[in-house]
Amino acid sequence: MAADKLESTQTADPSQTMIINMGPQHPSTHGVLRVRLELDGERVVNAEPVIGYLHTGFEKTAENLTYQQCNTITDRLDYLAPMTNNLAYVLAVEKLLNLEVPKRAQYIRVLFAELTRVASHLVWLGTHVMDLGAMSLFFYTMREREVILDLIEDAAGVRMNPSYFRIGGIAYDLPEGFHEKVHAFVKDFPRWMKSYRHLFEGNPLINERLEGIATITQEQALGLSVTGPNLRATGLPLDLRKDEPYSSYDEFDFNVPVRSGADAYARFWVRVDEIYEAMKIIEQAIDKITPTGPYTSSNRKVSLPPREEIYGNMEALIHQFKLVTQGFVVPAGEVYQAVEGPRGEMGFYIVSDGGTKPYRWRARTPSFYNLQTMPLMCKGGLVADVITAIGSIDIMLGDVDK
Amino acid sequence: MNQNDPEIVERLQSQFPDALQSVAAIDQPTLQVGLPDLLRVMTFLRDEQKYKMCLDVLVVDYLPTHPRFEVVYHLYEPWKHARIRIKTRVAINQSVPSVTPLWPGANWPEREAYDLFGIVFEGHPDLRRIYLPDDWDGHPLRKDYPMTGTRID
Repeated sequence: MAADKLESTQTADPSQTMIINMGPQHPSTHGVLRVRLELDGERVVNAEPVIGYLHTGFEKTAENLTYQQCNTITDRLDYLAPMTNNLAYVLAVEKLLNLEVPKRAQYIRVLFAELTRVASHLVWLGTHVMDLGAMSLFFYTMREREVILDLIEDAAGVRMNPSYFRIGGIAYDLPEGFHEKVHAFVKDFPRWMKSYRHLFEGNPLINERLEGIATITQEQALGLSVTGPNLRATGLPLDLRKDEPYSSYDEFDFNVPVRSGADAYARFWVRVDEIYEAMKIIEQAIDKITPTGPYTSSNRKVSLPPREEIYGNMEALIHQFKLVTQGFVVPAGEVYQAVEGPRGEMGFYIVSDGGTKPYRWRARTPSFYNLQTMPLMCKGGLVADVITAIGSIDIMLGDVDK
Repeated sequence: MNQNDPEIVERLQSQFPDALQSVAAIDQPTLQVGLPDLLRVMTFLRDEQKYKMCLDVLVVDYLPTHPRFEVVYHLYEPWKHARIRIKTRVAINQSVPSVTPLWPGANWPEREAYDLFGIVFEGHPDLRRIYLPDDWDGHPLRKDYPMTGTRID
């Protein structure tokens, strides 16, 4: 459905166009997104996203929670990739505290950040291809995602909003038998992926729906603050894991997939290739994680003392009591820390006034900026391609509305 | 500390001798600029120094102080991977020149700042509330806006 076969749309007569609301309840909007479409027949004259349906005021809420409690809010921003949100937030606070995190905890963080990246990209792959009309892939990718969620449940206790990373390290040590489960997943995953890759690779129906659709050039992407796979699909190899390594990412060997097509097809393949690169990191991370060792900082002013210490040690009991009831004090100052989430630059800007609660808690969520490209991608195209455009930038409405 | 563009502070200060003040920060070069010089500095950063991305525009409310608000811009140079933070103080009745003509990506974050803080961005193409309904009363992220409360009509 190439739009270039049709005439220019910029001169459409307003009396001849029709306004249609797509959403807020529409299966292809992946959440509660409303798009105000102005149509001239089948052609899109304008597509304006209307957001705010999921707005819950996270930034206001966070100003009234202690630093450790704020962690639970970050899970709910981009609920398909909670671990990378956790990571950005805890790294920001650790930078303000000037806190060293044990290497083992850093590797465990890398492992889970990459597992959520794979899980998030699998949901995107299934739903995006389903939007294009291929139903069956969704069932397979959700099956694989379930395996990852089981791994997360094993370690953190819950599947969806784990809050597994804590300021200073992680919440609990890895359970027994976890290494074997990850090894089994790493071994099985390529086989699973291969078994259904032919459903989308080289499939003319899917290629036709993606090639040349919803183009964002490199200059436009930079101007619109687009980050992540959407930017890498324009030929710019920007990846914070390589450019400004955090949490020991510089010790891992992986590539940054880049395509130069700048269209929905390029974005599709950047994400599919990223799944394989993330699997490489997972394999290296699980080998680096020793079966036993420290999993959280030994600074008792910040991280909770181990349970067994509390029963026999007065000082540990006092630390536990102080941390749970009041939280810890963070020195005054400001910090911005970003990580490479599945959707782009996930950053936190925190202003501390020297108290136990953040004075200002700002989440720079990638989907909010990526969604601004909607009018650019859709103008002049066909109605059916609006759905391709939404799927191809992989937005998450919890992330947009915060 | 992001040191990927090490002389940017010196270059800016020699270009605008009296307009900028360096602020100590632990993560990236940070500069305070007066409201009248904001657009000149921003244009210089984008056109001459290749800061082609405006990653974020946000507001902090320092309630009892005057001027009350601080608008913070996070800029990014995608080839050297350099970051810079520009800050400017705004009083409650002042408006800020919009940077949306320079970076179209600043459109929504400026609308968000208008919605949640009530900061007016002059020259913004479409300054409307973005999250809250158009008839909403007040600006929730201000420090004098209550955390909870029941509306009594």
